[in-house]
Amino acid sequence: MNRDRLLRRSVALLAAAGLALGAAACSSPGSTGGSGDQGGSSDASAPLDPGTKVTISIDCQPPVTKAAERKQWADDVAAFSRLYPNVTVKAKDGFPCEEPAAFTAQLKGRTQTDVFYSYFTDLDQVLDADGAEDISAYVNEKSVPALKDIDPSVLATLKSEGRLYGLPYSNYKMGLLYNRKLFTRAGLDPDRPPTTWEGVREAARRIAALGNGVNGYGDYSATNQGGWHYTAELYGLGGSMTTEDGKKAAFNTPEGRKVLQNLYDMRWTDNSMGATQGLKWPDLMTQMSTDKLGMYVGAPDDITYMVQTLKGNYEDYGMGPMPGGKAALLGGNDYLFKKGSSPDQIKAGIAWINFKFLTIGRGQFDYARNKTDGLPVGLPQPFFFTGASLEADNRAKAADATVPVKNYAPYLAASVPGRTEPANAQQIYKVLDNAVSGVLTDRNANVDKLLADAESQVDQVLASLG
Amino acid sequence: MAAISAFARRKPAGPAPDPAPASRRAGLKQRVRRNLTAHGFLLGALLCFAYFSWYPMVREVVMSFQRTRRGRTTWVGLDNLDHILQDPAFWQAWRNTLLFTLLALVLGFAVPFVVAVLLNELRHAKAYLRILVYLPVMMPPVASVLLFKYFYDPSYGLFNSVLRFLHLPTSAWLNSSSTAMVSVVVAATWMNMGGATLVYLAALQGIPGELYEAAELDGAGLLRRIWHVTIPQTRLILSLLLLLQIVATMQVFVEPFLLTGGNGPQGSTTTVVYLIYQYAFNFNDYGSASALGLVMLIVLAGLSGLYARLSRTAD
Repeated sequence: MNRDRLLRRSVALLAAAGLALGAAACSSPGSTGGSGDQGGSSDASAPLDPGTKVTISIDCQPPVTKAAERKQWADDVAAFSRLYPNVTVKAKDGFPCEEPAAFTAQLKGRTQTDVFYSYFTDLDQVLDADGAEDISAYVNEKSVPALKDIDPSVLATLKSEGRLYGLPYSNYKMGLLYNRKLFTRAGLDPDRPPTTWEGVREAARRIAALGNGVNGYGDYSATNQGGWHYTAELYGLGGSMTTEDGKKAAFNTPEGRKVLQNLYDMRWTDNSMGATQGLKWPDLMTQMSTDKLGMYVGAPDDITYMVQTLKGNYEDYGMGPMPGGKAALLGGNDYLFKKGSSPDQIKAGIAWINFKFLTIGRGQFDYARNKTDGLPVGLPQPFFFTGASLEADNRAKAADATVPVKNYAPYLAASVPGRTEPANAQQIYKVLDNAVSGVLTDRNANVDKLLADAESQVDQVLASLG
Repeated sequence: MAAISAFARRKPAGPAPDPAPASRRAGLKQRVRRNLTAHGFLLGALLCFAYFSWYPMVREVVMSFQRTRRGRTTWVGLDNLDHILQDPAFWQAWRNTLLFTLLALVLGFAVPFVVAVLLNELRHAKAYLRILVYLPVMMPPVASVLLFKYFYDPSYGLFNSVLRFLHLPTSAWLNSSSTAMVSVVVAATWMNMGGATLVYLAALQGIPGELYEAAELDGAGLLRRIWHVTIPQTRLILSLLLLLQIVATMQVFVEPFLLTGGNGPQGSTTTVVYLIYQYAFNFNDYGSASALGLVMLIVLAGLSGLYARLSRTAD
């Protein structure tokens, strides 16, 4: 080895050693996280001290493309500032409010806002990244007056080991979305959507018979969304994805088999689902808004997307309960509080969320203003209130409704109980994607084998997750 | 001949006498002082490389032995490796990746070479056709993918429409586990072959015309000229591109991710890099993602080493 090469290698080795030491130092526990308390009011249950100046950053401000919502946000910030002149709200816009890959990177880099938007299913991920503050002590009847009326099953999604980490922003229960125009054209009653899979299959067959590229029923089968919808459909039939302790798969049952068999029959026996599969969000909405799809399983805010983004009409869409009606997959979004926020920042964040998202007649529930601004009023979402708050919300919604509320009557009347997603949902969905895409793309698919394979794979994955 | 670099110096016949340590240190100091300006210029680039390339690599190695749960990072030894080996998707992803690599070599390696040979043989419109061949590379991958998604659509796509018009059996393309990967390879080849074609073409144009003339005088036809002149003369370029192609295709991500959403029918287009992406961004499991990345690095390094050894043996 000549001297120059020796020199170069020595420098490289030294550099690598230095980097490794640097990396080890950077990754040592305790070097990344904030400690939480940065002074301010120490009594968590006490109201925000009006004498303390506090600034909070918050994301999910509506983007400029959503002019009405953005203007409302600005008006609400101004109104909030009159109530709390000591609080400065710094907003960060974005649409969609969460992009999973970017969200994961933000958590890792600790670059999320002080009060940050997330999905109900993100809590475990956020806590693993040590990204959120426990706000249990801060949330009470004073800071959130409607707390007693918030559906406990919704609050349960924001709790871990009995501690509360967030407040809801919106929520949904999945149901059957359908195109009323196609129902009418196929001779079906648009006010009476099917409530069983047998009914769905029959309606899909009649809608597909319209021809011209129209499909009766559609489903996702890619990017883990096949597994997500499989779960929703299984819940509808009363099945479970995992055992109570979450350690074993529990879907290789008659109900689980029925979900796949239904899809297989609609795809291959009835040919009512079309040849193009491997669909993912928002493909089904695109098809339905162009009157090429009769039905699919989805959430009420899909209707908003079809109208606002894809230029559909509210009159054309209806919503019925989840076929089977035993349970409906529950989901939604919320605001969490960044680890390291001061008590005053947490109090200010809760005050803002209460003002904007949790007060009947105000913020997102100011239906008179929504109507004036041309925003939809009357969609069955969010609906995390119960009791007196729910009654007040329903009255206000009915008074200013701008969308045909009767189109969602079958969905609301059924009152299917909500059920949250299983633990380690994404890992499970990834496996079930294969089973769902199997029945939708392979005429010779063996439902029993697909289900048995998925079961053993999910068992393996859950065992390795510990 | 101080200007001549160390690489260009001839090795002395016998073992070089070991210079005294003091003079060696003096030599080192002198060399550093002499090249101080150059090192200063290099420092910026080195720091950028260190922070954006080398540091993440080192972090990846560290993270592959760690797990983070509820904010606590712990050393878990080979648990992450064990976890990825337990994942049923692991072997399927490797099978799919190797299949993609194999198909990409058959198509993506042979097609650009044939196109380059044909272009080289042309007398007219050579420049025009060169641009035409390179055009797909200039298209944004997302646009190309959207185009192919339309081509492949089993109901109203271009390919099946043509097949139906010719009364030939149609295909499910991306909608079947048996044809999805081939469809992805075809799209990827179309999207990426322009660059390889131009490199081959440059190599072909470097071959002295006299060799072809001599071969023609000896009565060699087109195929024999290609076999006895073109291929031997471009062997070095072919070898280099083959290695680059293996390394690149084994890291395929964009095409299956955009064409099939990643997994494809029954996981038929799940590749190793997509699996890494899923671990990191779907499951928030950086430890497993890093461990799989490390496995991939070792496999690629092994393949490259094996290839280099085989090449030397062939020489």
